[in-house]
Order: sequence, then C-alpha cells, then structure tokens
Amino acid sequence: MENLVKVGMADLNIVHYPKGLTTLGLGSCIGITLFDAAARIGGLAHIMLPSSTQVRNNTNRAKFADTAIVDLLEMMIKAGAKKRNVVAKLAGGAQMFSFARTNGIMKIGARNAVASREILTRLGIPIAAEDTGGSYGRTIELDTANGKLLIKTIGHGNQYI
Amino acid sequence: MKRSIEELNAIELDVLREIGNIGAGNAVTALAKMLNKKVDMSVPQVRILEFKSVTELLGGADNLVVGILFDVTGDLEGYIMFILEQKYAHMLVNMLMSKDLSDMSDFSEMDISALKEIGNILAGSYLSSLSALTNLKILTSIPDLAIDMAGAILSVPAIEFGKIGNTVLFIETEFKEDDCTIVGNFFLVPEVESYDVLLKALGVVD
Repeated sequence: MENLVKVGMADLNIVHYPKGLTTLGLGSCIGITLFDAAARIGGLAHIMLPSSTQVRNNTNRAKFADTAIVDLLEMMIKAGAKKRNVVAKLAGGAQMFSFARTNGIMKIGARNAVASREILTRLGIPIAAEDTGGSYGRTIELDTANGKLLIKTIGHGNQYI
Repeated sequence: MKRSIEELNAIELDVLREIGNIGAGNAVTALAKMLNKKVDMSVPQVRILEFKSVTELLGGADNLVVGILFDVTGDLEGYIMFILEQKYAHMLVNMLMSKDLSDMSDFSEMDISALKEIGNILAGSYLSSLSALTNLKILTSIPDLAIDMAGAILSVPAIEFGKIGNTVLFIETEFKEDDCTIVGNFFLVPEVESYDVLLKALGVVD
C-alpha cells in the first residue's frame, strides 16, 4: 500500500485512511496497532520495554507498553475514533539470540508481549490477532482500508493477520 | 549514581572513544594475523543516536545483517555485540576462506563458524584491551549469531540502553584490506550498574 507513515523505535503515530502505518525490523520490541474500522483511523506504537515503572529514565512514554498504549488510544479518540470500535493487533516480541541469560534480559520479547496484552485487556481493547515470539525479525504494515496487518519476515514468509 | 548516556560529559565520551579506538585497533591486529594480510582501520566513530534513528543504521531497519553476541561477565556485566551488513560478512568470510570476494551465496555451516570465530577474536581482543586498561576482570561467553533485519538485531542492544536513557552509544569501525573495505559496528552494552564500575576503573569518576 502507498502512503505509509514510518514509525521508529520508541515512537508512535496515528493516521487516517488512505494513509497506512509501518514499522521496520521489529525484534524483541512489539508493534501494537489500534484500528477503528468505522472511522478508518489507525495507530501504531513501537515499544521496547514492558513497564515505565521499572526503570528510572521514563521520560519517553512511547518506549514502554504501559504508557505508549494509553497515549496511542487517547490520540485515536482525539482524532475521532470511538473506543468501543477500536481493536488491537500485536506483532514482534521475538528472542533474537538463543542463549538465555540468567537475569532474563533475553526474555524481554516475551515480557513485552505479556505486558502489551495486559494493558490492552485493562483498557478493554480486544486483541483481534497476534503474531509474536519466535526468533526472527518482523516488518509490519497496517492497511487502514480494512485494518489488515501485513507481517513481513526474512525466511519465515509473509502473512496478513 | 546511575546516569544515562546523554549525561556523559565530553571527557567521559573521549574516554569511551579511546577505549573503542584501542579495542578496535587490537581487534584489527588480530584479524590481520588471522587473515595473514595487512588490514587498516579508520579511527572509530563513537556515535550516540536516538532510538528513532537507530533503525536507519546499517542500511535501514529491514536490511539483512549479521549480529554476533557475547555475554560479558566478571567485574563488568553486560554484553558486547559485533554487527556487520551481510555483504561485509560475506567479504570477511571470503577473505578468511580464500574464496572469491564477490561470492554472495548463502552462508554455509562452515561460513557461520568462521563468522563466529571472527567475532570471537574481535570481541576477545576488544575486551582484553579494555581489561588491560581498567584492571577489571572481563570474561566472555561463546558467541551467538543471528542473521536477520538490522532493526531486529539492533533492538537487542537498544532495549538494554533503553533502560537507562533515550540514546544508544556504539562504535563504528572501518577495516580496509587492499581495496576492500569492511564496516563493522561494536556495541558495548554494560548493564546499568556496570557504567560506574567502568568509568571508575578508568579514573573518570570518583
């Protein structure tokens, strides 16, 4: 699709149809998309860490699942989305390297996914689809015509969720 | 005291640059020995980038790169990562295996072990110079290798930096062998508590 707006690491944005949203090379980070099919408004957050309460430097709210999702939903509603219409999709949360460190650094992908699900559930946003885990990177594109999320990988195929 | 990268002052950055310089210098010497060829290097660039710009590194977030990761333990905890674009990884393997330098066919098992070994030597010599400078005991794990999108590989050090600040610090080094240039990137990613250990050992902070 054309008119794709890029969202960087620790960043978030919303668009109206016909613009779409993309984020490239998700590893252990999670891409959370929100979509209101009636208003055709899409949102995308590229989060790096589960919780803003566990680290000292938490000024960038787009970096954390807990603060980014809340902010993204607020932006969508301000732009005309209705909360009851909003559904979420998740992608990413991979473990890029195989050895497991004792202190859990390498499990960060899974922890990001768990935290994202928890926040969405708490906000009452249904998760329409999810492609998380594994050990490979993902590039995602949200089509605001229909809310479809294209997931592209290297060597693990491409799919719509 | 825990501080983020953006709070480091000019002197501390100079020290990190110098560590990068010496570490990469040693790594290149080791590589030259391994290849039995003269290898030059440029002065390493210490770069500090916002996360948003991190994905633009290494030819863009979905460009294929090779990442070699080592656990660092001992007095300093964290990890070190050596990342290079796929084309440069091929060139390194080809040099080492005496293959045609333009050969970009898929990596074989043998190529992967060669890359791990190169990573091993580079990271090992990098860290041993750091160890000699600081008198800290620094141990590394066996290498772990991943070939995937740059953004996905870079997310690993970026997330660790994300715990303490909003920027990533890394060291970019160019190696030159005859007319063939290879660009490699080192990320030394200390755990939060290890920054002060490092800066203290270097005599930068009390």
